[in-house]
Amino acid sequence: MTPSRRAFAAIVGKDLRTELRTMRSLPAMVLFAVTTFIIFRFGLDRTALSGSLASGVVWTTLLFAAVLGINRIFLPEREEGGFDAFRLAPVDRPVLFAAKATVLFLYLLVLELIVVPVFAVFFLQEWSGLVPLVVILAATNLGFAALGTLISSMAVNSRARDLLVPLLLLPLVVPLMIAATSATAPLLEAAGPSYDKFGTWLLVLGLYDGIFCLVGYAVFDFLLED
Amino acid sequence: MSGRGIRQLSIATALVLFAGFALVFFWVPMDADQGFKQKIFYLHVPLAIVALAGFIAGGVEGYRHLRSDDRRHDANSYVFIHLSIIFGVAVLITGALWAKASWGHYWVWNEPTLVSFLIVFLLYCTYYPFRYAIEDRDRQARYASVFAITAGAFVPLNFMAVRMADSLIHPRVFATSDGGLPGSMMFTFLVCLAGIALLWVTLVKLELLGKQTSGQVSRLRRALEAEGLGGGQEATGTVGRRIAPNLEAQ
Repeated sequence: MTPSRRAFAAIVGKDLRTELRTMRSLPAMVLFAVTTFIIFRFGLDRTALSGSLASGVVWTTLLFAAVLGINRIFLPEREEGGFDAFRLAPVDRPVLFAAKATVLFLYLLVLELIVVPVFAVFFLQEWSGLVPLVVILAATNLGFAALGTLISSMAVNSRARDLLVPLLLLPLVVPLMIAATSATAPLLEAAGPSYDKFGTWLLVLGLYDGIFCLVGYAVFDFLLED
Repeated sequence: MSGRGIRQLSIATALVLFAGFALVFFWVPMDADQGFKQKIFYLHVPLAIVALAGFIAGGVEGYRHLRSDDRRHDANSYVFIHLSIIFGVAVLITGALWAKASWGHYWVWNEPTLVSFLIVFLLYCTYYPFRYAIEDRDRQARYASVFAITAGAFVPLNFMAVRMADSLIHPRVFATSDGGLPGSMMFTFLVCLAGIALLWVTLVKLELLGKQTSGQVSRLRRALEAEGLGGGQEATGTVGRRIAPNLEAQ
């Protein structure tokens, strides 16, 4: 194993272990998402959802739950000196970006594994669209992970961290949300899933993921300098 | 950068803008469909193009700042984005007026260009709170450059995604199947575009000059204060940084 890969595995392992022991982010994200469903139930005054309404509710909820996780992803690094330790270590800086994005991706995956079935139980009559939805979830998570890691590392060293993450992130994820909701809406139709423009939107998601993975990888060096 | 050339530049800007608007009001033919109100096109579209180009140029300057670590590129990036945001306000206002005149509503949601511009505008509005939430000056410049690059990459992507999400009702005036703009309108449009672009450049130069002058003034003031209080002590402050005079040294 190259030193970069060893460092990558060490950081991912460290983060997952900390999360398992302290449970600082994931339970809060799940609770937040489930409570948001209840608010949508009364806010929209609907007991069953389908099509674009279902897709809008599930993606809005996931987005705001993700913001909670993104807010905290670099917090231990800053508070417990992880950044300083990393700067001292003889590894490439983008390794930290890749590791944190992977961790964020895994958090979002776990969040969705719990929250999307809950959503289906609460609101959906037709469940067969959930299988192809996994592809959209994975592609969107990658975009969230890349952009979230970048934004979080930018905001964590500023005074207004909690405020800046949603402020910077929300406009930046609009294209991601457009693609994700547009691809999801036909999958969740009450009459059963259809694949209207599925491939096109997946391509948009892929393009978005690619661009922001590259941007994050390229500029991350400058965010760690001191 | 010095203040040389700024007078000529201002005069050229005023002339081109004046010529452009003279053409708009007295020469170019009325639009057959929309009549007089279509003439806001010659203000709205150049403003939008210049503002977007300014955002992208801000990203390029951010990239150059990260590559060279030269603070002048950061100042350029800041001023480009700053003026493009101001132009952006004008774009949104003129766009809303035009939408009201031709479609009957100030805001039309299924109009992708309008919506994408609003998203881009909102994103760049976070530039100020982001920049000023970082205290360390070097880190502030570096992080602002990263923001400028990220947002610059986002601009074309956003336009593509929003456009795909909706039907096209925006006038596609430059490349439509039936030929696009007639020559006289195209000429007037280009003059107006040149005028607005020159206005942007003049304002950028003015603001940079203002920043440079105030930097010089504070450097001179610090030197004077150091002279008065520290007894011939050398003023060692760097540009733009406020350093309290050293009273202990007396």
